[in-house]
Amino acid sequence: MQSAPIKRVYLTLENWFNYSFGSWNPLYHLGTLTFFFFWVVLVSGIYLFLFFHGSLDGAYASVERMTHEQWYAAGIMRSLHRYASDAAIGCILLHMFREFALDRHHGARWYSWFTGVPLLWMVVTLGITGYWLVWDMLAQYIAIGSAHLMDSLPIFFGSMTRNFLDGALSDRFFILIEFLHLLGQPMLLVFALWFHVRRLSNVNINPPRGLAIGSLLALLALSIVKPATSHAPADLTVVPEVLNLDWFYLNIYPLLDYWSAGQIWMLTIGITLLLMILPWLPPKKAGAAAVVDLDNCDGCKQCFEDCPFDAISVQARTDGAPHEHEVVVDPALCAVCGICVGSCHSSNPFRKAQKELRTGIDMPQLPVNKVRTMTDSALAALRGDVKILVYGCEHGFDVTRLNRNDTVGLTLFCSGMVPPSFIEYALRKGADGVMIAGCRHADCYFRFGNRWMEKRLKGERDPVLRTKVDRRRITVQGGAETDRNIIEQALNKFREELITIGETGDNAGRKVSKAEGGSHV
Amino acid sequence: MYKRYPLQFLNYLIFMSLVGYFSTAPAYRHLPEGQAMVVLAFSHAGQHVEPCRIVSPEEQAKLPPNMRRPTECARARSPVKVELLMDGQSLLSTVAQPPGLFGDGGVDVFLDAIVPAGKHRFSIRMNDSVRVKGYNYTHEQTVQLEPAQLLFIDFNTEDGFVFK
Repeated sequence: MQSAPIKRVYLTLENWFNYSFGSWNPLYHLGTLTFFFFWVVLVSGIYLFLFFHGSLDGAYASVERMTHEQWYAAGIMRSLHRYASDAAIGCILLHMFREFALDRHHGARWYSWFTGVPLLWMVVTLGITGYWLVWDMLAQYIAIGSAHLMDSLPIFFGSMTRNFLDGALSDRFFILIEFLHLLGQPMLLVFALWFHVRRLSNVNINPPRGLAIGSLLALLALSIVKPATSHAPADLTVVPEVLNLDWFYLNIYPLLDYWSAGQIWMLTIGITLLLMILPWLPPKKAGAAAVVDLDNCDGCKQCFEDCPFDAISVQARTDGAPHEHEVVVDPALCAVCGICVGSCHSSNPFRKAQKELRTGIDMPQLPVNKVRTMTDSALAALRGDVKILVYGCEHGFDVTRLNRNDTVGLTLFCSGMVPPSFIEYALRKGADGVMIAGCRHADCYFRFGNRWMEKRLKGERDPVLRTKVDRRRITVQGGAETDRNIIEQALNKFREELITIGETGDNAGRKVSKAEGGSHV
Repeated sequence: MYKRYPLQFLNYLIFMSLVGYFSTAPAYRHLPEGQAMVVLAFSHAGQHVEPCRIVSPEEQAKLPPNMRRPTECARARSPVKVELLMDGQSLLSTVAQPPGLFGDGGVDVFLDAIVPAGKHRFSIRMNDSVRVKGYNYTHEQTVQLEPAQLLFIDFNTEDGFVFK
């Protein structure tokens, strides 16, 4: 399977960060890192606000006092405020690049992408009003530039820029900007962030502690090495000549020297709209959503707990069965990952009561009965001394590339779709070992597939793999589509381990302890 | 994990170097060296296209008290034509059409130009009435422009053009 060039570029970058950070890989925590940088911005901003004088005459002087007279405290806070804001933009852009490169913005996931694009502009405008408050030549430049952009809109009728030039500016201007920067924009941002993660479950907003500490120390070091400073004080009789722009936030303003305000609006709106409609360019054919079968559902709610996209809800039982709850799938939110199938304890291949295996919640394109049939066929096809069955996912390494006499790969929607009982089933039915090869560790395409799978194997999350199943005969090795070497090395190592286990010939070599035998149903 | 710390340090160093660099660099030159800026900006409503008619006392008497007024004017206003010349050469000019469904709004003019610093003779002329031929406002002034100076030219009907 050939991946898109942009994906290969991203995966190479991710490889490097995996090598450097392990599970702290910042690319896996871009959203939470952005949140962390906002916490730094918030705390440093509150500190700065204590010493800031919000007036035409007092603003610049108060910022200068903080920067130079109290450089060791307020000065560093100012630098942290600036650099954390810049780092947040960097993380947001990387976050967008990652989601785009890994195709995680299509289908049911359009919502998070769509609501994330305006967030970028909200953050940018929040930064712009922050720069206004310093009221230096840079603030003057962006204030006049912003007024110029506003004047071109039919709601302002071209009078805002003139207000800056004719001496009509007063302290009320600072009250407005302070209100926007300190209250209005942050509140709007928090509200928009809530919308952004609205269709996700188990949302985490904190990065790993080590990554947070490292990022904070790095910001602190940068603040000490290169403290944030101001330009000369604003003077509306003078035109700023050379400006040290913060390109993370102020990159649009130089365009005003070359283009009309209308052209810049068209460019900005055009880019925004293009980004927002990307989930439908081209439209992705959505697979059929998960379907609940109440005859096989006892309302245990595990699928509700495991669904990464909040597509499953719980309601009172409607079919008269002696259970308190039943689950309902919202097809519009279902990302067709199949994790719910792996969550359902009815997805048990040992069940013999029915001719066709049915479960409480199933995927119409790849029902659990078909997974059992595929497993049976794969097991029947295995030859050799050490037979290995590999369950893989559609978004990680293509496990069918591992097929040989003694190894067969089966591709499911997600590694989290594999019910643990299927692993035991495969071992009992002839496999010497089972490998689960989902996406890279901590980077499941469907957010939690490999995490839930590992917890189920460890007995930390239902449905658990029974303790009597020999864990040595199970291995988990995630990998992206470019990770053939890693997967093959892990598979070869696993094969050697299975040979060693087989050679011992004692009870330790049993796949499943006889003491635990019996029906699973 | 500890073996990875040097690599992590390197990554932090690269990321923060990029953050630190692009937070202030590369520097952007907004105004070329030795130049100044002239801004012509004002808000003004052009005169009515048709002269206002004086309402006679008899006509006023027929009107309800709250609707009585000394003159009656058609709503449409004239476009505002303005031109700024520097050292005899046209520098900025526009013809601003009155906005609004009935063309009765005031116009906002905002024009700017970058000019060499030094001594310049500015001539400005404006017509705000279709009933007047030529220009009904003119002003001339010599200004010594310093490098990076912003010369703001405003207008109001009482003082005419004002150089600030």
